[in-house]
Amino acid sequence: MTITKESVASMLESADEKRDRVDSHLHPQGSFDVADHEVPTGREEVWRFTPLKRLHGLHQDAAFSTGNVKVDVDAADGVIVEQVAADSALRGSSGLVPLDRISARAWAAAPDATVVRIPTEHVAATATVLTITGSGTAAATAAHTVIVAEKFSSATVVLRFEGSAVLADNIEIVVQDGANLTVVSMQDWADDAVHLSSQHALIGRDANLKHVAVTFGGDLVRHDTTAEYAGPGGSVEMLGMYFADEGQHIEHRLFVDHTAPKTKSNVVYKGALQGEGAHAVWIGNVLIRKVAEGIETYEENRNLVLTDGCRADSVPNLEIETGEIEGAGHASAVGRFDDEQLFYLRSRGIEESEARRLVVHGFFNDLIRKIGVPELEAKMTETVELELAKNVLAVPNVKHD
Amino acid sequence: MATLEIKDLQVSVDTEDGPKEILKGVNLTIKDGETHAIMGPNGSGKSTLAYSIAGHPRYNVTGGSVTLDGVDVLAMTVDERARAGLFLAMQYPVEVPGVSVSNFLRTAKTAIDGEAPKLRTWVKDVNAAMDRVKMDTAFASRNVNEGFSGGEKKRHEIVQLELLNPKVAVLDETDSGLDVDALKIVSEGVNRFKESGDKGVLLITHYTRILRYIKPDFVHVFVNGKVADQGGPELADELEANGYDKYVALAR
Repeated sequence: MTITKESVASMLESADEKRDRVDSHLHPQGSFDVADHEVPTGREEVWRFTPLKRLHGLHQDAAFSTGNVKVDVDAADGVIVEQVAADSALRGSSGLVPLDRISARAWAAAPDATVVRIPTEHVAATATVLTITGSGTAAATAAHTVIVAEKFSSATVVLRFEGSAVLADNIEIVVQDGANLTVVSMQDWADDAVHLSSQHALIGRDANLKHVAVTFGGDLVRHDTTAEYAGPGGSVEMLGMYFADEGQHIEHRLFVDHTAPKTKSNVVYKGALQGEGAHAVWIGNVLIRKVAEGIETYEENRNLVLTDGCRADSVPNLEIETGEIEGAGHASAVGRFDDEQLFYLRSRGIEESEARRLVVHGFFNDLIRKIGVPELEAKMTETVELELAKNVLAVPNVKHD
Repeated sequence: MATLEIKDLQVSVDTEDGPKEILKGVNLTIKDGETHAIMGPNGSGKSTLAYSIAGHPRYNVTGGSVTLDGVDVLAMTVDERARAGLFLAMQYPVEVPGVSVSNFLRTAKTAIDGEAPKLRTWVKDVNAAMDRVKMDTAFASRNVNEGFSGGEKKRHEIVQLELLNPKVAVLDETDSGLDVDALKIVSEGVNRFKESGDKGVLLITHYTRILRYIKPDFVHVFVNGKVADQGGPELADELEANGYDKYVALAR
C-alpha cells in the first residue's frame, strides 16, 4: 500500500468524523499555546460579562510567582495526594485543552501539579479535603490539580479556597469506568481575591460525577467548568450555589459536551444577590452530538435578588444535533422575593424578617440536601445565615397598608 | 371573647387603568361564638374581603374600619394581625419551597404564642392534628404545600387552624375543589375549632354545599362589593333554590 498525502488526509478526516468533533459555537477550539489566544478586549462573547480591569492582568501577561498559596491536605484513608512535576503524563489526561488565554497561561506557568488519586475499587469513607490558602494579591499564582477516580472507586474530594490570592488554575477530573466521584470546589475567599478556574471532567463508561461549585467570597470569581464522556452510560450532575454581595462578580460558565450515547447531565445552580454592584453570571451550555443518542439533559439556574442594585445574567444554551434522545430541557429565572410566599408566612404570625429568612434558607435547602456532603452542610447553612444578616434580616418590619 | 367588627369597609386594587374599587362599604359584625357565611357570585368581592382583613398588600383600604375587640386591625402588619388572633384559611394556599411543614408550623406557633412550644408535646399535637384530618404524618417533613393536591392543601390549612388556635377564622372558599369525603373532613375540623371555645368564624363560599356540614348562625349575600341581604340559615336554602340572579339584577 502506498501512502499518499491524500490518503493520510482522508484517514485523519474519517478519524475526526468518528470522534464527531464538529464545530460548535458552544465549543471553541482550545490550544496549549498562549500565543493562539489573543488578549481579550471584553467584546468577545465569552468575555462580555467579565470585568477585565479587575483581573490583575491575568488575561494579559501578568507574571506568575510562587509561594503565595499553600495547600493543606486532609486525605481520606486510602486516597493518595501528592505533588508531581509539571511534565507528568497525568497532566492533560482528562482531555483538557485550554479554551482561553488565562487557562493556557496557567497551563504553561504551573510549576507542578497536585494529584489526588483514588485507587481502583477503593471506597473512601470520608471526604478528602484540600485547603488552598492564599496570602495576598500582590502576585499572581498558577496552579494545576488532577483528580483521578480509578475504576469502580468512590470518593468525595473538596477543594476549599480561602484567604487572598490572584489565582489562575486548571483542574482536571478523571472519573474512570464505573467510578463515583463527588468534587466540591468551594470558594470561600476573602473579599479581594481573584480566581479564574478552568475545570474539565472526563466521565468514563457508567461512571458518575457530582461536581459542586460553592462560591461565597472573592472580588471576582470566574469558573469555566466543562465535562465530556469517555463512554456510554456516564452521568454528570453539576450543582452550584453562590451568594454575590456588594461589588462582587461571580461567574460560572458550564459546558456539558454529550460525546457518547446514553449519557446524562443534570445542572442546577442557585444563587442569591444583594448589595450595590453584586453581579452573578451563569452560562449553561449543553451540546448533544450526533453520536449522543438516548441521552438525557436538564439544566436550571435560579437567582434570588434580595436588594436593589444587583444584576444577574442567566443564559442557558442547548445545541442539539440528534433528535434521538430521552429528553433535553432547561430553565432559568431571576426573581425577587415572592410576595405571596411572604404573605402566606406572615399571615401565620411570622414576622417579616423571619419570613424572609425562611424563604432564603428554603431557596437553598433543597440544593444543600442534593449536594449531600455532610462535612459542608453546616458551613453552607451558616454562611447563608451570615449573608442574610447583612441585608435581609436588617430590613425593618415595614408596614404594608 | 372576640368581636370582629367591619364598618363601611372600602377597598380598591391598582389596575392598569388606575385604581378599581372592589369593596363598596361592607358592614359586618362577628361576635364570639358566631358563624357567619358570606355567599355570593364570582367577582362579588368575597375573597377581597378575606384578604383585606388579613392585610394582603395588593389591596388598598380607602375607607372604613376593621377592629378586633375594639383594636384597629388595619393599622397592624400582616403578622401582627395573625398574632392578634386572626386566621385566614386560603383558597389557594401558597407553596414555600425548601421550608418543611414541621419547621413552618413550629415557627408559626412560636410567633403566635411568643414562645417556642414544648418539644415533647408539640410533636404529639402536630401528629394528632394531622391524624384528625386524615393527613399522613409524613407530610410534616415535606415542603410547605409543595406537590400537595388541592384537598391536601386545604387539610393543611385546617391543621394550622387547629394548632394556631386563633380567635376569629376567615375561611376563603375552603370548600372549593373538595370531594365529599374531603369536604366532611375539613368541615369537621372547622366544627371542632368552633366548639373549642367562643370562636368567630367567617365562612366565605360560593356554594351552599358546605353549609350542610357547618351550620351558620347568619348568612349574608354578597353582591357587587357589599352585603345585599342577610338572614338566618334559611337564606342559604333560598339561595340554593333561586340562585343569585335576583340580587345581581338589583345591583345593576
